[in-house]
Amino acid sequence: MEVLLALGTDYTLRTVALGAALLGMVSGVLGCFAVLRRQALLGDAMSHAALPGIALAFWLTGERDPLVLLIGATVAAWLAALLILGITRASRIKEDSALAMTLAVFFGFGLVLLSALQKRPDAAQAGLKTFLFGQAAALVERDLVVMALLGAPALLCVSLLWKQFKLLSFDPEYAASLGMPTGALGLLLTTLIVIAIAIGLQTVGVVLMSAMLVAPAAAARQWTNRLSTMVLLAAAFGAGAGVAGALISATARGVSTGPAVVLCLTAITLVSLVFAPERGLLWSMWRSRRLIASAE
Amino acid sequence: MSPELEVQLIAVIVAAACALPGVFLVLRRMAMLSDAISHTVLLGIVLAYFVSGTLGSPLLFVGAVAMGVITVALVELVGGTGLVREDAAIGIVFPALFSIAVILISRYAGNVHLDVDSVLLGELIFAPFDRVTLLGLDLPRALLIGAVTLAINLALIGLLDKELKLTSFDPGLAAALGFAPGLLHYGLMTMVSVTAVGAFDAVGSILVIALMVAPPAAAYLLTDRLPVMLLLSVLIGALSAIAGYWAAYWLDVSVGGAMATMTGVAFGLALLFAPGRGLVAGAARRKRQRWEFAQQMLALHLLNHEGASEASEECTPQHLRAHLRWRADFADEVVRRAERGGLVRREGAVLTLTEHGRQVAREASLR
Repeated sequence: MEVLLALGTDYTLRTVALGAALLGMVSGVLGCFAVLRRQALLGDAMSHAALPGIALAFWLTGERDPLVLLIGATVAAWLAALLILGITRASRIKEDSALAMTLAVFFGFGLVLLSALQKRPDAAQAGLKTFLFGQAAALVERDLVVMALLGAPALLCVSLLWKQFKLLSFDPEYAASLGMPTGALGLLLTTLIVIAIAIGLQTVGVVLMSAMLVAPAAAARQWTNRLSTMVLLAAAFGAGAGVAGALISATARGVSTGPAVVLCLTAITLVSLVFAPERGLLWSMWRSRRLIASAE
Repeated sequence: MSPELEVQLIAVIVAAACALPGVFLVLRRMAMLSDAISHTVLLGIVLAYFVSGTLGSPLLFVGAVAMGVITVALVELVGGTGLVREDAAIGIVFPALFSIAVILISRYAGNVHLDVDSVLLGELIFAPFDRVTLLGLDLPRALLIGAVTLAINLALIGLLDKELKLTSFDPGLAAALGFAPGLLHYGLMTMVSVTAVGAFDAVGSILVIALMVAPPAAAYLLTDRLPVMLLLSVLIGALSAIAGYWAAYWLDVSVGGAMATMTGVAFGLALLFAPGRGLVAGAARRKRQRWEFAQQMLALHLLNHEGASEASEECTPQHLRAHLRWRADFADEVVRRAERGGLVRREGAVLTLTEHGRQVAREASLR
């Protein structure tokens, strides 16, 4: 109860909780499309691939302004996505290999850049650790503004192009036959996911970003067959886990926000897989038992 | 041995050890499992540390390998419910296990030297300082671990050659013939885990992914034969390792990062220049086919009008532009190529087919 009160009074806690909720909402919504389009792991690859972009942005500007670093991250992650798409289209390399390779090679190149950066007198570690695991506790109001400025247009985009994205996710061939620019729409969706990743890097970091995209969507999918309900649920799960994670990390010693948020999401996903009506494991067990009973 | 030489030797051996299981990951479309495994071994190390109480215990190795295999089992458990797809299952399972590891470390092992980023990033340059003595030989620990991993992988692949081939290319047939694809799958995953754990000391767990996937992917563009692919993967991995070492040496940057970058460069070269399958070869082939097709069209056109009253009018280069809708320069080039190839002859303004040209036209019309 005290924690909940602190949410109203404690500036740091409120900022962290708001940031995590914002991230959970945006990545929950966009993750739905990623999962439905069978690109669940693209987010993982892109978040790792953002490292060289961050290093390069820091190198060129010499600033640690979050906005500058975010732009660098976005460009690098976007390039990685294009590369993955290009490799699978132009050769017989399958998607999984293209993903894993791009992820690791971009990350390796990022390490090269960072190690070169460290020799500069003004450098002082461009915050590799922050980037790997996020540092939600260090969020300030300005970061929230940046996150909102990036996230709001992304969500607006989804609501404006709702019909197109829906068709693209469920039946891309039909969408193409209607004359929709499926290539451009797919690219736009990927770009929006990149934005979600850029928002998340500061809060939960590279490694955990894939869960922020996949878990809310996978959990929401179990409760409904309607896309609109699924997207809203995923946003709610993401935001709820964000707030819960922030509260847990504020009360428990040595629990940082990123891992706490991810574990909350994992718990939500597990509950959904087991208990969801119609689809859940308990439900299908009960149904098969009833079938057997009626057969006898 | 000088430290520089030792570092290169370790790099080559680790790269070779990674490339071998990587070949099967690429062929079986499971490359992203290497991503999951290389992250979750951290949890295995932490749990084993809590049990053993020291960082030097061999239990840490066992725990890390076991956690890699458990990760795969969990991914299959979640994916096996049919409620989420396998790739989504990977995306849920490994961040969860990794989160548990991060929390456990910061809560209970904060005062021990169990650094998360050193597991994720590794640093090859320091490998020669950590030494062990074996049979009177003073060796870097990473060299010993790498060599043992490589030997295990070589032995397993040599032993299970037929089974791996069959289950990789035709799992259905393998099951029908009584091989156990499941057992072999977990055998392979154990191999991947052992390799990832053995290698991340030297290069860090994220770069292990590059060494496991990029060289085999490059080799996959160069050959269709499994033994050749294994050999090429090892070769490409080793060369990337050495190139990475020297690049890092000259530019004074991270060795592991440079090695991973070089595996990417190697793949890029294969993608561009692979004979037959590369992008350059593909573009050249399409260009050649375009001219060949145009010459066939020309021959067919001439055959249609051969000997007819309108021949003198139809069979001129000018007419081709109207009839086949070719641009003037394109038509001229096609005629020039056809003349050079002995398909047509020019008699004044009129083109006639040679015997060879007639044959080409007939063959084309039969297609």
